[in-house]
Amino acid sequence: MSIDFIGVNLQLLDGFKYTLILFFATLAAAIPLGLPIAFGSMSRFKPIRLITRAFVWVIRGTPLMLQVMVVFYVPGLLFGMPFKSRMAAVIIAFIINYAAYFSEIYRGGIESIPVGQYEAGQVLGLTKTQTFFKVILFQVIKRIVAPMSNEIITLVKDTSLARVIAVGELIMAAQDIVSVYGLLWPLFYTAIFYLIFCGVLTLLFGKLEKKLDYYRG
Amino acid sequence: MAILEVKDLKKSFGKTEVLKGISFSLEEKNVLAIIGSSGSGKTTLLRCINMLETADSGLITVDGSAIFDGDSDEKLTAQQKLENQLKIGLVFQSFNLFPQYTALENVTLAVKAHAKSRPDFKENHKAIYKEIDELGMSLLKKVGLENKANNYPCQLSGGQQQRVSIARAMALNPKILFFDEPTSALDPELTGEILKVIKSLAAEKMTMVIVTHEMAFAREAADRIIFMDNGVIEEEGTPEEVFDHPKSERTKAFIAGYTEV
Ligand SMILES: Nc1ncnc2c1ncn2[C@@H]1O[C@H](COP(=O)(O)OP(=O)(O)O)[C@@H](O)[C@H]1O
Ligand SMILES: [Mg+2]
Repeated sequence: MSIDFIGVNLQLLDGFKYTLILFFATLAAAIPLGLPIAFGSMSRFKPIRLITRAFVWVIRGTPLMLQVMVVFYVPGLLFGMPFKSRMAAVIIAFIINYAAYFSEIYRGGIESIPVGQYEAGQVLGLTKTQTFFKVILFQVIKRIVAPMSNEIITLVKDTSLARVIAVGELIMAAQDIVSVYGLLWPLFYTAIFYLIFCGVLTLLFGKLEKKLDYYRG
Repeated sequence: MAILEVKDLKKSFGKTEVLKGISFSLEEKNVLAIIGSSGSGKTTLLRCINMLETADSGLITVDGSAIFDGDSDEKLTAQQKLENQLKIGLVFQSFNLFPQYTALENVTLAVKAHAKSRPDFKENHKAIYKEIDELGMSLLKKVGLENKANNYPCQLSGGQQQRVSIARAMALNPKILFFDEPTSALDPELTGEILKVIKSLAAEKMTMVIVTHEMAFAREAADRIIFMDNGVIEEEGTPEEVFDHPKSERTKAFIAGYTEV
């Protein structure tokens, strides 16, 4: 059996599709989900704060690969309800993991805003919610763009962990080619896909940072 | 009747009593300067009146209605709290402008937010916003910054930023405007422009309370002087009384310390 260059690309693209789905599904859910976790970890109510911080500690202190396996296997082992979709299990594990990481970035950003900004909002008669959405949030966004872009670029590469439960993402697609056609180069060739994807993201984040650069402080 | 009355106000942080029973009153259209060495409780007093801190006990009345009453445990509604908050304005030592908004937006932001609850807002919001922008421009003009309306705080000098923050506080039309060392964060050559703005407000009969270390300014601009020391009002009177004929030894020492340098 043989496969030409275009055939390799088509097969890899098929795997890359899952890489993209995992990437965007994780972002779409983890970016908003990080916010309540951040608020939880800053809560003045101690039990909530402790539970949230313990959760974040566990998620950040264990390998994502292990978390993927836990989400996929544990429901079946404990409750006799195995995951029907491997992809769904991976997406859930990634969302939990990245929401925890994002929450720490949000927390750092929120805590870095000087208390005077809140006080100015208060003496101007703004409610806490108004102050947060009209004054604080935008400043937080500006401060977290750089760490978020780092984390999101890490996510691109982390998607390859999905193959640990045999989700056919890009690397897995390349390994299939290796085993079926005895060609090794497509495995290394996948780097091009990751590089282009990360390159595009870097450009986009650079643009965003520039856009937010209209003020200092 | 006095527009501001503070009665036996006390505030502790943990075990340290910072305000040990402060009482004074202020007549409408008067300017009160509060002087005193660092750590004497001036900022804490202003923060309690502006509700950035909650006093432990005492009474604060603005325009006849209590905005803080340590003896009452009646809970105020959000609307009452807002009304009380808007009776008083505060200019911070460190400006606390919103960096992502222009000078004009800083001045109009809160006014526009409050306008949303006007019953005619839905049908008239364009006209209302236009009116608020005009108000903002007139205030920036008053502080000499109409040509900086579209600049961001980072593009302004410290003195200009402080003038924007004065305009921002004025935009809500407070009954009393408080200043906490409005020139302390500024280079000496920039303090003059702030003092000039405050004097012009005094000339327009704005009621003001100013914590300051600028003794010459306090003497010139204020109708009343309070000297605070270690959480109490050590001496109170007209500028002549406090600066030229201080009764208390502590006041004498404090003022002598300033005239020497
Ligand atoms: N939030 C706070 N927590 C604990 N102590 C405070 C706090 N704010 C002020 N203090 C203390 O209260 C005293 C008076 O401070 P402050 O009101 O800032 O004085 P001033 O403005 O006259 O310099 C100081 O000893 C200060 O350390
Ligand atoms: Mg102070």
